[in-house]
Amino acid sequence: MFLAHINPLQASIFSSLAIVSLLLTFVMLGSHWLRNYVYAFAAQSWLIAALSASVGYFSGYKELYAIAVLTALFRGLVLPWLLMRIVGRLNVKREIHAVLQPSSSLVIGAFAVMFAFVISNHMNGQQQSAAHVVVLALTIMLSMKFLGFLMLAVRDEAVSQILALLVLENGIFLGSQILVPGMPLLIEIVILFDLLIVVACFGMLVRFLVVHAGTTSSRELNRLVG
Amino acid sequence: MGRVLLLILFVAPLAAILLSLGFRRARVAEYATVAAGVIDLIVSVPLLLRSLSGTLIFGNDYIKLDALAAWVILCISIVYALSSIYAVGYMRLLNEEERLPLFYALFSGFAFTMLAACVMNNAGVFWIAIELTTLISTFLVGFEREAESTEAAWKYIVVVSGGISLALLGTVLFYWGSSFVLGPSYAMTWIALHASAPKVYPPLLLVSFLLVLVGYGTKAGLAPMHTWLPDAHSESPAPVSAMLSGALLNASMLGIARFLGVVSGTSITRFAHSAVVGFGIFSFVLAALFIVRQTGIKRLMAYSSVEHIGVQALGLGFGGPLGVAGALFHMLNHSLNKSLMFFGAGNAMRAYGTKEISRIRRVLKTFPVSGVLWLLGALGIAGAPPFALFLSEFTILRAGIGGRYRWVAIVFIVFLIVVFIGFLAHFRSMYFDEAPEGEVSRLSGVVWRTLPMWLAFLPLLLLGLWWPHGLWDVFAKIYSDVMGGIQ
Repeated sequence: MFLAHINPLQASIFSSLAIVSLLLTFVMLGSHWLRNYVYAFAAQSWLIAALSASVGYFSGYKELYAIAVLTALFRGLVLPWLLMRIVGRLNVKREIHAVLQPSSSLVIGAFAVMFAFVISNHMNGQQQSAAHVVVLALTIMLSMKFLGFLMLAVRDEAVSQILALLVLENGIFLGSQILVPGMPLLIEIVILFDLLIVVACFGMLVRFLVVHAGTTSSRELNRLVG
Repeated sequence: MGRVLLLILFVAPLAAILLSLGFRRARVAEYATVAAGVIDLIVSVPLLLRSLSGTLIFGNDYIKLDALAAWVILCISIVYALSSIYAVGYMRLLNEEERLPLFYALFSGFAFTMLAACVMNNAGVFWIAIELTTLISTFLVGFEREAESTEAAWKYIVVVSGGISLALLGTVLFYWGSSFVLGPSYAMTWIALHASAPKVYPPLLLVSFLLVLVGYGTKAGLAPMHTWLPDAHSESPAPVSAMLSGALLNASMLGIARFLGVVSGTSITRFAHSAVVGFGIFSFVLAALFIVRQTGIKRLMAYSSVEHIGVQALGLGFGGPLGVAGALFHMLNHSLNKSLMFFGAGNAMRAYGTKEISRIRRVLKTFPVSGVLWLLGALGIAGAPPFALFLSEFTILRAGIGGRYRWVAIVFIVFLIVVFIGFLAHFRSMYFDEAPEGEVSRLSGVVWRTLPMWLAFLPLLLLGLWWPHGLWDVFAKIYSDVMGGIQ
């Protein structure tokens, strides 16, 4: 186990990268402007790439460098660029009908993080010095899940929903770099490509939405009920 | 032998995709898809027989054909074959000639990804295959390009991607938990996960299992994660609805069954089974209530899918040889019966030009032959003998009533009656109520649209009257393989 022999310097590098990523999720949660979401997402992806690289450096899993490059390229550049194109085409600059004000969603988000911490604390069965990095990684994984679902629930714009889904996956990616750096390369690469396909699909769907449903706000999607 | 069969199984839909996209002719695409469906159906039977004599593993441990995989492949192939035949008649009615090659390519691609998911021996790659089914089928759901179908496609991809990402988290946690036993880097095969599961810290195992259950449960349409299902099933073209309901749900149930197998024999086994039973009975009750007050014909069928996936979850959750056998038999019967129901609903929708039950009247006058089949299918899906669903539901009930889920089984019986009355009340009014004045259009392609209904109906009746002993062997083999034998 790589985490069993972690030293304080490594622990603090991993922790700070992970915590800043979590903070960026809160930036996304607290902002009205679609552009800011995309920037925050891109920054978060770069942090995850940095995390992969540093885990690769300290743990000796060389393939993590490849993952880092791919993450920076796909999640840090290509995905944000695709999303920016969608935002530009749609002519929607900000969320108009947020269900919750940013301030209240921040408060709910904070509670979600506490809840994630409680669960993670229960899930950790180790008593080593690594325990606090493990709990932190689990907490961030779970709380990015909760925050992603919160964003899905309170945001209406199509682009915000795509970003919320990407945040859901970013959380898993981030946590898995710390917890399971030895996970086979194949899976991680396929998941990266998979994401690219996801966004391409979403792009086409958004076009459909505009043309055929006349809106990109899920609030207007209310024909199918019951 | 097994490898060749498996190769044919996957090459057939691939060839159909290439022919559809290569020639860009609607007729070529239709016939290629029908041919691929029929070939897959023919191949899946010897594949099942082959799997009984031993599990096949190859492709660097990534591909595994065991009896469970072969069984689900059989169910999926049946629906693929039937609905590709039906699609020939149905899709011509939509007047979308130039987009048909694309439709058939996506259709075969959808079948391909589902079949591929069944044979994946690695939990991570299985997740990817399931995710691919979503991406491809989204475009099939939105194929009709009306406001409603676009809305359904959007809800489908958002809800299912969100749900399935939970399954990914669960998978990563499973990997992490087992890495304490197997070392930091190993192949995440089902057997490896199962072998290490008893030594994983139980709370971690529990959270991992729940995440995976909710994730694949979303894809399978278990309530309360079913919200995408009625929209997607009701707004897609009828052959696609049949595939979504009869095939896709099975592929996702396969994931739940595999993970139940992984945690069997650990300290959380009982809890895991209870969680599956809980989702199952909740889906069943909720769907029963929505069936009673439904007004749209395809939404009625969609809620019936939620109901039947709930029944399958109950069977798996009750466990034991009887419960697992019931769930697997139910899978086959539901695939057959729900295809039949969606085909009938597609016919009625096209002829009456509406999805509203209240405007579909005197079906027997419009469809003298396929109308009778549809009505008998409705009896079957409501659980009446002598059709096969009665037998499988009865088996599941027997598995439940004797064990510690007695009260769940009693609730199950009560709501079976609710479903029976609610479902058939809609059919009574569609068949026997007074018809308002109105034009009913005559549809072309009678043979293409009626033949698959016969092909679904006859085995249903046959299996309802006679449960071949060979099937027991299949179920017993699957039970010993997946739910305990490999411990």
